[in-house]
This record gives sequence, C-alpha cells and structure tokens, in this order.
Amino acid sequence: MSRSPVFGLILAGGISRRMNRDKAALEYRGQTQLDRAFELASRHVTHVFVSVRADQTLDPTRAQRPMIVDSAGEGPIAGIRAALAAHPKAAWLVLACDLPYLSDAALEYLLRRRDAAAFATAYTSAHDGLPEPLCAIWEPSAAEALADYQAGGGHCPRKFLIRHGARLLEPQDTRALENVNTPEEYRQAIATLEKAPMQLKIQYYALMREQAGRSEETLETSASTPAGLYQELAARYGFTLSRDQLKVAVNSEFSDWSRKLNVGDAVVFIPPVAGG
Amino acid sequence: MNFRFTEGAIDTESARRELQTSSAGGYVSFEGWVRDLNEGQEVTGLEYEAFQELAMKEGDRIVAEALRRFPVKRALCIHRVGSLSLRDMAVWVGVSSVHRGEAFDACRFIIDEVKHRLPIWKKEHYRSGDSGWVNCERCAAAPQHAHAEPEHAEHHHDRVAVSNPK
Repeated sequence: MSRSPVFGLILAGGISRRMNRDKAALEYRGQTQLDRAFELASRHVTHVFVSVRADQTLDPTRAQRPMIVDSAGEGPIAGIRAALAAHPKAAWLVLACDLPYLSDAALEYLLRRRDAAAFATAYTSAHDGLPEPLCAIWEPSAAEALADYQAGGGHCPRKFLIRHGARLLEPQDTRALENVNTPEEYRQAIATLEKAPMQLKIQYYALMREQAGRSEETLETSASTPAGLYQELAARYGFTLSRDQLKVAVNSEFSDWSRKLNVGDAVVFIPPVAGG
Repeated sequence: MNFRFTEGAIDTESARRELQTSSAGGYVSFEGWVRDLNEGQEVTGLEYEAFQELAMKEGDRIVAEALRRFPVKRALCIHRVGSLSLRDMAVWVGVSSVHRGEAFDACRFIIDEVKHRLPIWKKEHYRSGDSGWVNCERCAAAPQHAHAEPEHAEHHHDRVAVSNPK
C-alpha cells in the first residue's frame, strides 16, 4: 500500500472561551501562535493550511496563509473533514493552535512513527493516557468514519479515536503537548519561552566586523535583550569595546539595551562613530 | 532624500544646483577633506564604512531637523564611502536660504550632528604601515600615552577609547 503524502493543518477556528481572546493571535516573542505553528509544521511537511470558519477568512491573523474553510458543522472535526475533502489523497498532520511548547522533535517523532494503516497516529496524554487528537496524523481512510460519527451527533475527536482506534505513541517530552487555555497559562508560557533559544540576525561593521571575522551571521541564542546578546558575543569573539562605548540598533533603528528581542530581529552593534 | 551616500567623488556642482530656488539669496557649503595628520600620526589614506540603512534614515532626520530649526530654503548632505586618498572630499553639506546668517547656522548644525550621530566609521592608514579605526582603537581620550611611548606607536591600536565621542 503506497502511503499518502502528509500535509499540515493548523486548527485556528476555535472560540477560545476560557482565554477570552483569540488563541491564534496570542504572541510569543513578537510572533503569533498561528505563525509559530505554521512555521513549525512547514519545517516538516511540504504544504500547510490554516483551518478556519467561514466568518474568519478576512481575519488579518489568518488571511496571510492558505486556508481551508469549514463547510459542515463546527469544531475540530469539521476542520479535519474539510481538509480531508479538499485533498482526499493526503494525510493530515493536524495541530491545535494552543500548543506553544510544541517542538520540532515532537513532530519528527510523530511523523517517523506514522502508521498509515490506522485512522490516525496520535500521542497519548501525559495526564490520562487518552489520545491527543489535535497533535496527530489523520489518514484519508478516516474520512468516511468521521462523516458517520458527525452525522450521529458526535463532535469530540478524542472520543472518535477511542472508539475507532488509533496508533498511539507515548510522548517523549510531555511538556510539548501542554496547551494554553487561560490567561495564567499564557503568562507562564511567555515566561518559559522567553528563555528558549531563538534565531537572530547580526550584522557587524568596522572594528567589530574585523574582530568577529564576518560581516553578518544568523545565530541561535538564549539572550533576550541586546545587552545579553552583546555579553554572549563579546565572550565568543573577544570584542575589545565595552558595552558602554557602543550603541545598538534593532531592525535598523536605534534601540535600548534592555529591549526584549523577538524571533528574527536584526541586531547591529554600533562602535564609536567617526563620520565627516 | 536629503542625505545620501556615494562611492565615487562627490559631484558638488550638481548637488549645488539641487539647492537653487529663486527665493534663495545665497548658499553656504561645507566640505570635509582627508588630511595628512591625525592624532600625531601621518595619514596616507582612509576608508569609510557605513551602516547605510540606518545612516540614511538618521541623516535624513538630521537635515529635516535643520530645516525645522532654521528658516532656510533647502539643505542636502552627501557622504562618501569606500577608499579615499589625501585631499579627497569625504563629506559635503549645502544649505540655501534667503539670508546668509541662518544658512551658516544650519550648515554648522548639520555637519556637527552628522559627525556625532551617523553610524559611519573611518579606518586610517598611516605612513608607519599601521592602521586603525578612529575613536575605536587609538586612545583619543588620552593622547599623552601616544607621546609617552613613541617607540610603540605601531601598538596604539591595542588600546581602547575611553568613551563615545560626544
């Protein structure tokens, strides 16, 4: 049996009742959770779509991305069914939009252990051992059973997987599947992710270019401010200038040393100038 | 854009024409040239390097500030980057206005701010064969060190300036 290709589906049609805010638009280091999930999935599968309700297609958080619009009913099952209907030969890596801790390692593990003969391949919950349907691979063969389940009044994808069976995997990192439902959980996630490494672009000029031996680089760092970043790079390259002799620019504007850096920011340290 | 960079010689004639307007009674310009002596070292040539994206924005802001502060007609600043020889023009500022007083003031304001605010760096090459980034390596704040140890002149770049130029 030939395996169908896997596409990505980010579920962003939720109501976010307990959060009282759109969970897809929650930001971590200046990036929305929708964009984080989309980029994460894009690193593992070739095509990624955002699952939305019909009334969300113009929403600015979502409108930048390829979308699949719910056609029948609501909830995650409607989203998964719409995807299976839009591309009937594809299997779907389905990701909820409230998993800020989700990692490349967790997706890689899931994809490598995919069982195309089951309706789905899913992690088990660290809390109750039940299937986690919203970080899972759904196979084309599930389409018909999902339609029947929904027609019979079913709306819970977890119950569906319990009833119909799925290939289940123990999570390697239980935190990766922790979701964020309340403002307090969101605050905790911000604090935790602020310490996680992120990619920045650094450009070097003049003396610092010579001392770093390069004019630019993209690097992964745990520093959360330009001050912390300079400390890290000064130790690596042996910069002779102390921080109080420098200014710093972020994204081509002068910046404070204590500004919080965001993913993808471009940082330039400015040694004492000598124009004119 | 009232501030720009050029890699070739600054064309002052065409820059001057950009400032002409029939309401202006005159114009003042400043030219910065590469000279042969700096901090007691004989200079043979130099290189300018700029963080152009930020420098152009900040340069534009400086000229806009000058146009707000002084009742002048037009103002323009052009800065050279790359390798320059002695006597080459490194920077040009021009201001046209109805009367001369405010043109002198605005011109002075622009060149002073450009020197202090723009992310532009200058590497000097010396007759000794040494070279150094001005204000970054040679000890501008304590020139007596340079005089105290003339035999170690080639090591001056090991020292670090004490503060940002103000």
